[in-house]
Amino acid sequence: MKELIRKLTSVSSPSGREEPVRALIKEEITKHADEIWEDKLGNLIAAKHGGKTKVLLAAHMDEIGVIVTDIDEQGFLRFSNVGGINPQRLVGQRARFANGTIGVFGAEKLEENQKLTLSKLYLDIGARSAEEARQKVSVGEIATFYHEFSDLGERIVAKALDDRIGCAILIEALKRVANPQNDLYCTFTVQEEVGLRGARTAAFGIDPDLGIAIDVTGTGDTPEAERLAIKLGQGAAIKVKDNSLITHPMVKDLLTDLATKNNIPYQFEVLPFGGTDSGAIQLTKAGVPAGVISIPCRYLHTPSEMVDLNDVEAAVRLVVAVMETKLD
Amino acid sequence: MLLKELSELNGVSSREEAVRAYLRHRIQDKVETVYTDHLGNLLVVQGSKKPGPKIMLSAHMDEVGLMVVGIEPSGLLKIKPLGQIDERVLLAKQVLIGEQRIPGVIGAKPIHLQEKEERQKPVKLSALFVDIGAQDKKEAEEMVKIGDVAAFDVKAEKFGDRLFKGKALDNRVGCAILLNLLEKEYAFPLYYAFTAQEEVGLRGATVAAFGINPDLALVFEGTSAGDVPTAKKHQQSTRLGQGPAITFMDRSVIVNQALVERLVETAKEAKIPFQFRKATTGGTEAGVINQARTGIIAGTLSVPCRYIHSPVSLLNLDDFENTIKLADAFLKSIERKGLPE
Repeated sequence: MKELIRKLTSVSSPSGREEPVRALIKEEITKHADEIWEDKLGNLIAAKHGGKTKVLLAAHMDEIGVIVTDIDEQGFLRFSNVGGINPQRLVGQRARFANGTIGVFGAEKLEENQKLTLSKLYLDIGARSAEEARQKVSVGEIATFYHEFSDLGERIVAKALDDRIGCAILIEALKRVANPQNDLYCTFTVQEEVGLRGARTAAFGIDPDLGIAIDVTGTGDTPEAERLAIKLGQGAAIKVKDNSLITHPMVKDLLTDLATKNNIPYQFEVLPFGGTDSGAIQLTKAGVPAGVISIPCRYLHTPSEMVDLNDVEAAVRLVVAVMETKLD
Repeated sequence: MLLKELSELNGVSSREEAVRAYLRHRIQDKVETVYTDHLGNLLVVQGSKKPGPKIMLSAHMDEVGLMVVGIEPSGLLKIKPLGQIDERVLLAKQVLIGEQRIPGVIGAKPIHLQEKEERQKPVKLSALFVDIGAQDKKEAEEMVKIGDVAAFDVKAEKFGDRLFKGKALDNRVGCAILLNLLEKEYAFPLYYAFTAQEEVGLRGATVAAFGINPDLALVFEGTSAGDVPTAKKHQQSTRLGQGPAITFMDRSVIVNQALVERLVETAKEAKIPFQFRKATTGGTEAGVINQARTGIIAGTLSVPCRYIHSPVSLLNLDDFENTIKLADAFLKSIERKGLPE
């Protein structure tokens, strides 16, 4: 599974430009699904039939990035964010465009007490003129963080684990599921980072009886961290609430019972910020009971996100348990 | 002049009746079907029996304005904004209230009565009121009711060589573009949506897109221009006179790449000037149309307008005409090449 995660995090697929990772996932799951299709927004949906209850399982394919808004006379690029980007963490980091062009984030000199905002930052792609820059990149193109995958043993570090780790878990569960007891719609969604957009239209089309998103969550287990009762290595996190969703009690109980019954380590997640695809899914049509299986992740929305493979394994087992339990 | 007539109509969000009636009157003899839905969108269908993709063209009728929320014993009116208005621009402006177009003046405590700290800050909305010349509450109540809306009282006119100024160019310019396109013939079914309540949250377009369920939608807007000397070049969202602004991304949508490419390619082929809308802030109806049902490809073409969401904005007439040309060339490209893919 490490190799799958490495592959999934190595491609650059920001919101609205998910094609590279979609192609990769399609190749991985083709043999394991009954039907596969893409919808108009680019969601990749793999159906596996087993029972009557329609279960939507969602992991988002897109990652955060920066979009070019201007190229100046010297060939420096100005940009805006695609998804949540913290300007304080950018200087010195690198970004990569779809055509392989690499850039370094730099900042203007700040006056005293001036706040570093995205409009004070630029991307330097090594161009010596506007003309040279325009040959490599144009306004409206999106770059993602550029950083290699590191294997730390039980833990791994990579860019875009939010939410390629969810994609990897859903792919692995689809491969492992032997006796599906429900009508499964494994959905790899687009544009989650800019407002849960893919999940909204996918859920409208699928019209499920139950929705479960698989996504990362923050942790409170690092030195002097913000208080948060989520730790790396303590198991899959069953979401209780975030800013987009209060998990349907039936779904929370279902996931908790399945984890207990199958000896899957788990922890509860009460997140005071953020949202996931389930927030959009629950509001589809007349409403859908929805929940989230979360993977604790440190350094979210940076080029170096860290997860524990034991949590990943727990999440895979919990997803498989949902797939193989007859739900009425 | 079409733009002047549209600009001088009052249609604050949820009270679009005057604009709707004007548009309906202009088009009813020329179109296949025209109807109004429950939210007040004016919807026009052309060529519903034609083969080919269903295309939706949308422009909102409503403008930002003020709602009367209270009447003081003195007969002065308390107000709240409908849509985003910079409250610093309100003081001493003239408005027209309700269907009767009752004139009013926005006032505040005079400067010589203000405390020192008050003078150093712009007057807050809560300290502003509208004076309609009433002697007391009773007289005011005979003229206006709580819940009536006020629009800015501004004459529209051409000035300079190619500039035009007036209120509500966001988005009467979009309505004018749609009226121009309605005169033309295309080989596929076209659904024109003159929408309600855009300024308070893209509400009209949300239900219009659900009802129409098109294969592709193009939204026409007046968008904020940033070409003033105090803004750095990379922060200038659009510039007057540089052509229609193509949106690649804003807060509401990441526009389908093939659609952006088709618009750019079409502009280049037809030698129509264009610019990208550089800011990614703000949102348009393309956002909610994109999210309707199982997803709809949607983009936005805008005419740059200076001083938007204030009592007076201005645009360049070449940009207006070039936006019509680009939209027309884009629709013809669908006849030739199909939808962008």
